[in-house]
Amino acid sequence: MTALPTSQELWDALARIPDPEIPVVGVVEMGIVREVVVEGRKATIRMTPTFSGCPALHLIRAQLEATARALGFEEVVVETVLSPPWTTDWITPEAKERLRQYGIAPPGPASGVPLEAAPTPCPHCGSLNTSLKNAFGPTLCKAIYVCNACQEPFERFKAL
Amino acid sequence: MKPEVKEALIAKLTALADDEVILAQRNSEWVGHAPILEEDIALANLTQDELGHAQIWYGLRQALDGADPDRLVFFREASEFRNAELLELPRGDWAFTMLRQFLFDLYESLWLEAAQRSLYPPLAQAAGKILREERFHLQHSRAWVERLGLGTEESHRRLQEALDFQWGYAQQLFVPIPGEALLVAEGLLPDLETVKARWLEYATQRLQQSGLKLPINPGYQPADRSHHTEHLWSLLAEMQSTARWDPQAQVW
Repeated sequence: MTALPTSQELWDALARIPDPEIPVVGVVEMGIVREVVVEGRKATIRMTPTFSGCPALHLIRAQLEATARALGFEEVVVETVLSPPWTTDWITPEAKERLRQYGIAPPGPASGVPLEAAPTPCPHCGSLNTSLKNAFGPTLCKAIYVCNACQEPFERFKAL
Repeated sequence: MKPEVKEALIAKLTALADDEVILAQRNSEWVGHAPILEEDIALANLTQDELGHAQIWYGLRQALDGADPDRLVFFREASEFRNAELLELPRGDWAFTMLRQFLFDLYESLWLEAAQRSLYPPLAQAAGKILREERFHLQHSRAWVERLGLGTEESHRRLQEALDFQWGYAQQLFVPIPGEALLVAEGLLPDLETVKARWLEYATQRLQQSGLKLPINPGYQPADRSHHTEHLWSLLAEMQSTARWDPQAQVW
């Protein structure tokens, strides 16, 4: 009989699961995993969907379960919770920086009422001279911009 | 939960989910055919969102009676669907599609806002989740109503024609389903009359600002959600054909 895995070990293992659509960030730092409950060899993982129509959700759910099983949990329950609703404010600053390096402009703050929307800096050259081209992009969570300085198109994570 | 409350709640969740799934199917017809690439992508996004919302509503129903969402979507007959007729009408031209989206998005946003106060926690939580995503939809369809209404003579004419045709259909969104009064009395659902008053005020203002005239004669106003236009049959024939061709399929 091997030692029972701890909840910290489970969190650490889950933190290594990449987001299926944006592999430079992990599902934990994206704020998708909300809670982990360990009772002996049973693990309950509570996750919350980013956008409810996101096709990656099935895969994320399967990966959470597989990761917990690989750690030695015999019974794994993955529950979906809708409240409080996921917000991009839960994405950690480190993950936001990695999104930017990957070429995706990170989301602005979703809460609070800014007097004027801050301009979106180009993730490639840093210019603030950018324009929104389409509020809808290749995935539900992203909009399409173009940089007027370096002429590069880029995606931006929507503030939700 | 009292059996009559449960039964009415199941019916309401089905109507909410059916609205989303039928509108998603209609909008998906534009994918590959939208006037510009950006709108093709936008319609695909709207469709995917609506399907996600349908999944949430069917999921809440499944928690109550165990009904499998895939069976409900792919194996029910047209007469068993409870969507509003507005959503099954053929997609028409771009003005028709965007006006329908605006009328529905506005209704949905206002309804969800009120439904967040439901005393049934799963419904209140679902409403809060969906509302956050709907914001992007209403911004989009509202901008198109303005653009087409104040655009060229032709875009204005097409949008006005769409409004004359759809206005009566849209009123069905505010007709309670059988048993809904009980759910409102129990505090599980918002009162549709209150939602309608806000919808009318906002829609009227927006449409008039976009240079449109509200129809004097509201036209045909469907009431009973168990009745449908002939268009639902052909829509389902297409939507359900693959699933029905091989009902045992495990992998798509």
